[in-house]
Amino acid sequence: MSTVAPPGTGQLTPEQLVEAYRVMRTIREFEERLHREFATGDIPGFVHLYAGEEAIAAGVIAHLGSDDYVASTHRGHGHAIAKGCDVKGMMAEIYGKITGLCKGKGGSMHIADFDKGMLGANGIVGGGPPLVCGVGLTAKVKGTDQVAVSFTGDGGSNQGTFLESLNLAGAWHLPVIFVVENNGYAESTSSNFHQSGIDVAKRADGFGMPGIIVDGFDFFAVHEAAGEAIERARSGGGPSLIECKVNRYFGHFEGDQQTYRGPNEVEDLRRTRDCLDAFARRVTDAGVLEREALAEIDASVKTLIDDAVREAKAAPDPTAADVLTDVYVKY
Amino acid sequence: MARRITYQQAINEALAQEMERDPTVVVFGEDVRGGAGAPGEDDAWGGVLGVTKGLSPKFPDRVIDTPISESAYIGAAAGAAASGLRPVAELMFVDFLGVCLDQIFNQAAKFRYMFGGKAVTPMVIRAMYGAGIRAASQHSQALYPIFTHIPGLKVVAPSNPYDAKGLLIQSIRDDDPVIFLEHKVLYTVEGDVPEEAYAIPFGEANIVREGSDVTVVALGRMVPFAEQAAEELQREDGISCEVIDLRTTSPLDLETLLESVENTGRLVVVDESSPRCGLASDIVARVAQDAFGDLKAAPQMVTPPHTPVPFSPTLEDAYVPSPEKIAAAVREAAGAATAGAR
Repeated sequence: MSTVAPPGTGQLTPEQLVEAYRVMRTIREFEERLHREFATGDIPGFVHLYAGEEAIAAGVIAHLGSDDYVASTHRGHGHAIAKGCDVKGMMAEIYGKITGLCKGKGGSMHIADFDKGMLGANGIVGGGPPLVCGVGLTAKVKGTDQVAVSFTGDGGSNQGTFLESLNLAGAWHLPVIFVVENNGYAESTSSNFHQSGIDVAKRADGFGMPGIIVDGFDFFAVHEAAGEAIERARSGGGPSLIECKVNRYFGHFEGDQQTYRGPNEVEDLRRTRDCLDAFARRVTDAGVLEREALAEIDASVKTLIDDAVREAKAAPDPTAADVLTDVYVKY
Repeated sequence: MARRITYQQAINEALAQEMERDPTVVVFGEDVRGGAGAPGEDDAWGGVLGVTKGLSPKFPDRVIDTPISESAYIGAAAGAAASGLRPVAELMFVDFLGVCLDQIFNQAAKFRYMFGGKAVTPMVIRAMYGAGIRAASQHSQALYPIFTHIPGLKVVAPSNPYDAKGLLIQSIRDDDPVIFLEHKVLYTVEGDVPEEAYAIPFGEANIVREGSDVTVVALGRMVPFAEQAAEELQREDGISCEVIDLRTTSPLDLETLLESVENTGRLVVVDESSPRCGLASDIVARVAQDAFGDLKAAPQMVTPPHTPVPFSPTLEDAYVPSPEKIAAAVREAAGAATAGAR
């Protein structure tokens, strides 16, 4: 286990930096907007927001192609956006509309698009790690250089599926990367309490694979660590574990009163650790991107999310007959 | 060209032929190869009862031993299926579904529906089921109702070598997740099996014996028991039983059952699973609802008692439905029960 030192803007081209910022800003705008819309009562069901953790989805998935796969969590909007899922389709799905990415059958917790390599947000904590082992097996059997990444929270890192999958990926030497988004809370229970051994990354040692801790608020640190791990996996070097220390801006779910938080915890995070602010400072200080260019991205993302919400609200609901479709390919 | 082989050999042959035909078919599970990484011989076991023996020398990269981590490798089957393989994962004893059920029923079974009809998850989970080899409570259950209960899964339980081969080939070629249950007592049973590959469609029950007085519905090992009872009833009581082998519990061929009950007016369901919320109660309920007017007598259910499967041979034999219990139930349904027959 080692720790990545804070880098500069690395080897990223201006185009890559623009794309990374656009992904992070899109996630942030999507989630902030959902937070407001949920409060109006228009959104059915459970919604778990990813705001604050954008640097992880963007930093890891920047290395993946469309034929690489990710398995996500209940807090999955960020991974889906970064993996290229249609943002308007996602919004419509969260509103339960027939125009949604899953025709209104899945909702926030089951957004998926296999064609984009998105194996799904997942309502079961720890549901994803076994799935990416299967993708790793596909890559090995077919002889491709595909990789698969599972995202898991600190809560999920205590599931047997996670630990079994570390072992299976190691034993089968699979091209798989386990990313742990340690946001400090398993629902309302602090990782100080629920984790035996505070660093999940250390568990990698026991499974004979590299484990690394990175600052999950720092896009560049995540990007560098993920790049190494993904390159290793692609070239036959086997699995890795990356633990990203982070926090979330919202509750476990929307409606969570978060009385378990410390005083000013989220306000302090937003002021001092914001991944978008840090990214913007880094690239503008380095003279690679201009503030105006970032502002243009902000404006175009805002328009996209405005349109997505407006179209989702206006879209038709599924019909009762749709209950019966798509259970099987053929029955 | 048919020749006589065992149920176990039929399963092995189906796997070998499909792996030969389709390079995306992979077989993995605990000890499916046996001896991987050990200093002795490879393919040492070929599955805990030798069902996959001989596959790994033919397909060394596609027959893979796993850690004893059912959640991880059953979930890996779902991930592999979602990304382009046709995995056949072996769960060994179906009782082990308790340590991997989430990956089956919350993941694989629901992908297609939850994800709006775009996902295809062509995976097979093979597992041994059933009582009869003194394997006790955690290695003897007949858990097909649990799988049948779950939308998105297909559930298969062949009763003979011919069906075992044809239904397994269909399972592998099928684009939905399939639970393929092999009764361990049937492994050594021989039957006529064609050498060439063939697929038996799902949801088509097999009328294994035609009859006019009582419809007897069964599955897996209960089919030969029902046939045995039918033979005795014909000989001793002059009762003509129509014995129907369901072959698959999901999809369920209700049509064939209803047609038979329309003719006989009497129904006996033989089910090796626990009686509550089980296969027998499901079928009786469906028939009662859809064909109440055809029934001339109360339907009978022959099931084990609502207990775990016991170990001691005396207890286990008392637990499992037998040809004698089936015959008694048929006599009851036929209105021919004699005092003390049940």
